[in-house]
Amino acid sequence: MTALGLKPDGAQARPLLRDLASIALIALAGASGYWLFPDNLSFLTRVISVALLVLSLDLVVGYCGIASLGQAALYGAGAYAAGIACLNGVTEPFLLILIGAAAGAVTGLMMGAVMLRAHGLPQLVLSIAIVQLLHEAANKLAWLTGGSDGLSGMLPAPLFGLFEFDLWGRAAYLFGLGLLIVTFALLRLLVRSPFGMVCRGLKEDPLRVSALGISAFPVLIRMFAISGAVAGMGGALGAIATQVVGLDSVSFELSANALVMLVLGGLGQLTGALIGTVVFMSIEHVIAAINPFHWMTLVGAILVAIVLFAPRGLSGTLDELARLLRREGRP
Amino acid sequence: MTLPSPPFLWPSMQTALSIALDALAYGMALFIICIGLSLTMGLMRVVNLAHGAFAMIGGYIASYAARDLALGYAFAITLAVLGTVLIAIPLERLLFRRIYDRSELSQVLMTIGITFCVIGITNYVFGPTLKTIPLPAELARPVDLGFRSIAGHRLFVIASGLVVAGGLWFLIERTGFGIRLRAAVENAPMARALGVRTELIYAASFALAIGLAAFGGVAGAEFLPIEPYYALRYMVTFLVVVSVGGAGSIGGALAACLLLGSIDITARYLMPEFGNFFFYLAVILVVCLFPRGLMGRAKA
Repeated sequence: MTALGLKPDGAQARPLLRDLASIALIALAGASGYWLFPDNLSFLTRVISVALLVLSLDLVVGYCGIASLGQAALYGAGAYAAGIACLNGVTEPFLLILIGAAAGAVTGLMMGAVMLRAHGLPQLVLSIAIVQLLHEAANKLAWLTGGSDGLSGMLPAPLFGLFEFDLWGRAAYLFGLGLLIVTFALLRLLVRSPFGMVCRGLKEDPLRVSALGISAFPVLIRMFAISGAVAGMGGALGAIATQVVGLDSVSFELSANALVMLVLGGLGQLTGALIGTVVFMSIEHVIAAINPFHWMTLVGAILVAIVLFAPRGLSGTLDELARLLRREGRP
Repeated sequence: MTLPSPPFLWPSMQTALSIALDALAYGMALFIICIGLSLTMGLMRVVNLAHGAFAMIGGYIASYAARDLALGYAFAITLAVLGTVLIAIPLERLLFRRIYDRSELSQVLMTIGITFCVIGITNYVFGPTLKTIPLPAELARPVDLGFRSIAGHRLFVIASGLVVAGGLWFLIERTGFGIRLRAAVENAPMARALGVRTELIYAASFALAIGLAAFGGVAGAEFLPIEPYYALRYMVTFLVVVSVGGAGSIGGALAACLLLGSIDITARYLMPEFGNFFFYLAVILVVCLFPRGLMGRAKA
């Protein structure tokens, strides 16, 4: 991979076309999910909600090179903010998503301010400590968060005043799909903007970027805020769709799973985050129902295999295959 | 009408003493497990999140030997340490050796993967229940210290911790093996050029670290019970302790274990409803104040 993510082979020449194609693919996959699995829409909505979390993690890990095992802190902040707002009479779904995004962004700012003080392993440990601290706080502040019972009984208003968030979850699913597509498109623009390029530069060669007169902290903390907003939207979507917010939404387990999904799909490409989430959660949905320990063994084996044989994840491996095929066809 | 909340009571002298002794024993149990991780991370530069998994394997073997086969406690510990090292050696050759010079993220991912595999497989083999390790009569009864009596097991853990700390210090600072190990860490190509077989040194210190993990898992089972998700539940605790102490430093690890152990135990005694809140608050404060750990010697 060349510096600053420039890709050979003309991929750079038509980025807009590529983006439109991936957005169309997401819409197509989403629509086919809607028609093929009408009984599993609540599960698919959860996949979308987690996909937003994994996308936000990709911004931090894949584009800034900061390893984090605490991303669920941002997701949980959004989920709890939306849940508390909804119980207190704010029921408009779009407003709830905005509240979740704001809460996630604020938490992201704080998390970034703490995490950017350290590097390497201590940084990773700080991310874990933050998510565990918020987990304990959410458990302790039972009057606000419902403690270990969590929040329940949220009743969001109908979407556009027309479509109820009912038991079938059609409205929630389509709402989530729309949110995902819009977010994905905006993030594509973001990572290709000069700001996104500076982030990539900081990941590949921080010394050179600072020699260009760019100071790292303001750039990275802004990325943390954006990442927090995306994760917060995911959390708010989860709260609206399931109408429950539990302690598991702000947990180390969810953070670790998000990182596994991201690496499975491939770092630093946004599409990888989506592929990883869908593949991971679908396999989990099937196998964990049979025996949770088989599921753990399988995830472990997949992780080891990725590190050894496919460090760029599923999407990176697919890209490489495609490039090989293209070269063979055009000697 | 609301009832007045009970006033906060300062602990009496007796309670304070038993908290202090418990904290000391808990800190030492943490130390025996974590010092191995500190060595692999500080000296060999591998973030081995699977360290807790090896402690768990040790605990499972000891439980099987002592409870199901009714073997002696000392024999069960020996079996646990040897068995765990035997399991770890092929893993080192096949998996760990390939990530020694890879990025931190790769190391974290692979070792989390190994942890998941270990959890899945041990529970498939031994069944998903809590495993107890029965203590022998000598360790189960209290020992009178003159001013206070203490459970024999706690005394055993404290003494083992001291022996491990002293022994490791001697091994690393005063023996030929220690010199070669430090040379291999400082500058591996130069050490190889001088005839030090670095691969062998790495394998030996890895085995030592794993053996200590297994021993700590068994000895500390009273504080950190051996259960199906042991490796995952305490993974964070071990990692945090090592990072707070500064990877690779025996004194730092000891200080971190005693500090965090006493914060954890005191908070559990006095404010149990807060859970791990104060533990993680202390971690954030220490890492922000000392980004390389209390006594870090290596740049992590």
